Amino acid sequence: MTLRKPPLREAHAARGAKFTEFGGWDMPVEFDSIRAEHTAVREAAGVFDVSHMGEIVVAGPDAGTLVDRLTTNDVAALDVGDAQYAAITREDGVMLDDTVVYRLPDEVREDGAVPAYLFVPNAGHDAESHERWVAHRDERALDCEVRNVTEDWAMFAVQGPDAPGLVADAVDAGGPDLLDLSRFSATYAPIAGAECWVARTGYTGEDGFEVLCPWDAAEDVWGLFAEDAAPCGLGARDTLRMERGFLLSGQDFHPEDEPRTPYEADIGFVVDLDTDFVGRDALAEQAETGVEETFVGLELLDRGVPRHGYDVTDENGHVVGVVTSGTMSPSLDKPIALGYLPVDLTDPGTEVNVVVRGREKRAKVVTVPFE
Amino acid sequence: MSFDVPEGLHYRESHEWIDPETGRVGITDFAQDELGDVVFVELPSEGDAVEAGAEFGVIESIKAVSDLYAPASGAVTAVNEALFDAPELVNDDPFGEGWMLQLDVDEGDLDDLLTAEEYADQIA
Repeated sequence: MTLRKPPLREAHAARGAKFTEFGGWDMPVEFDSIRAEHTAVREAAGVFDVSHMGEIVVAGPDAGTLVDRLTTNDVAALDVGDAQYAAITREDGVMLDDTVVYRLPDEVREDGAVPAYLFVPNAGHDAESHERWVAHRDERALDCEVRNVTEDWAMFAVQGPDAPGLVADAVDAGGPDLLDLSRFSATYAPIAGAECWVARTGYTGEDGFEVLCPWDAAEDVWGLFAEDAAPCGLGARDTLRMERGFLLSGQDFHPEDEPRTPYEADIGFVVDLDTDFVGRDALAEQAETGVEETFVGLELLDRGVPRHGYDVTDENGHVVGVVTSGTMSPSLDKPIALGYLPVDLTDPGTEVNVVVRGREKRAKVVTVPFE
Repeated sequence: MSFDVPEGLHYRESHEWIDPETGRVGITDFAQDELGDVVFVELPSEGDAVEAGAEFGVIESIKAVSDLYAPASGAVTAVNEALFDAPELVNDDPFGEGWMLQLDVDEGDLDDLLTAEEYADQIA
């Protein structure tokens, strides 16, 4: 299979980046050192090429109805420029993906303005999302366009305490003051002569922006950010999000390998049962009965590094769960893991074990973000 | 990018080195760069025997887990316990403070290993 390439694939390679396959894309995993990049984001600023993220635009009179039907959150609550985290669920409430939904400025047509939304599926999910949206639109005879614009837009995340000022300074003269944007808000802003969609969102737990820029302006826009922010790869993106307990689609939940509902994944806040979305009834029932297992943080007390797929055992050595993500935390300098455990084992301080190469390492349940 | 390949050491294709003078064993500069930030090493104990070509331990970076292969057979006479608290020494100084084991090498066991020149060609 040929890997999809972000627009700056060769520029990153020339800079000495190492690459990895992720979601069908050939992406930089490390520019310098994961630890150095991670630290730059926690202490100053880093810039990530996340052009592997999908972009789908839904526009037309019924756009809001369709997006509301296919995401768990309340899309009607969004004004132009608002962003919202949501899950995409099946009829049985299991998550297919998680996403951020943005309300774009209305699209002006010959017969008037129509609402428009953008959502960002995870890497490799853009084609299936597009197909799903189109199928539901046609089934319900809704009036809107669904456009997969994944390869029209590059995406850069500029994150860290210095990131807001740095991105605000990169805006061309006459553009909006991005420091006025609140969390989960977005606006168009001209950067390096290109009209970019800039959102105060991120996946690192730090302040900062995610910037969608036209594919052919990628080099100039990246160049502006990379003057002052450390280029970072997916390796640091992963350690940063793990420290904050953020889910990774396809790894911390997956429709076949790790089928989980938003409640099990501890993101019940994205579920609005007052809206009519695919999976609503199953989730309403689970909200009543409660979950059997839920997503927790684990901290290893013995030496070792927890990894995806390692078993979690109880004091009697019985397998009670599995690690879905794990690493040596660069900021905290201790081994941390995320995974699902039966609810009676999820109180902070509960002792369990993580099985590393056949040996049980002591661990305890902790709340996330890790500290 | 160019990597250090000190003369006088012997090398395995799997990127371990052994110093024939001291019997010290470690991984190469190239290997530590490929792995990235080393965060954990698992090593045998003093007195254990290792066998040429067999796994003797595990090294983990933030992004990867790799087995370590013994360049020679022999008894472990010392273990670099500093790595347990400071595994980053493998990145900082792979041929010096980042050494892993010291072996009492069985005689004649280094013949199949690569010279510095041969190993440099392999990673070129």
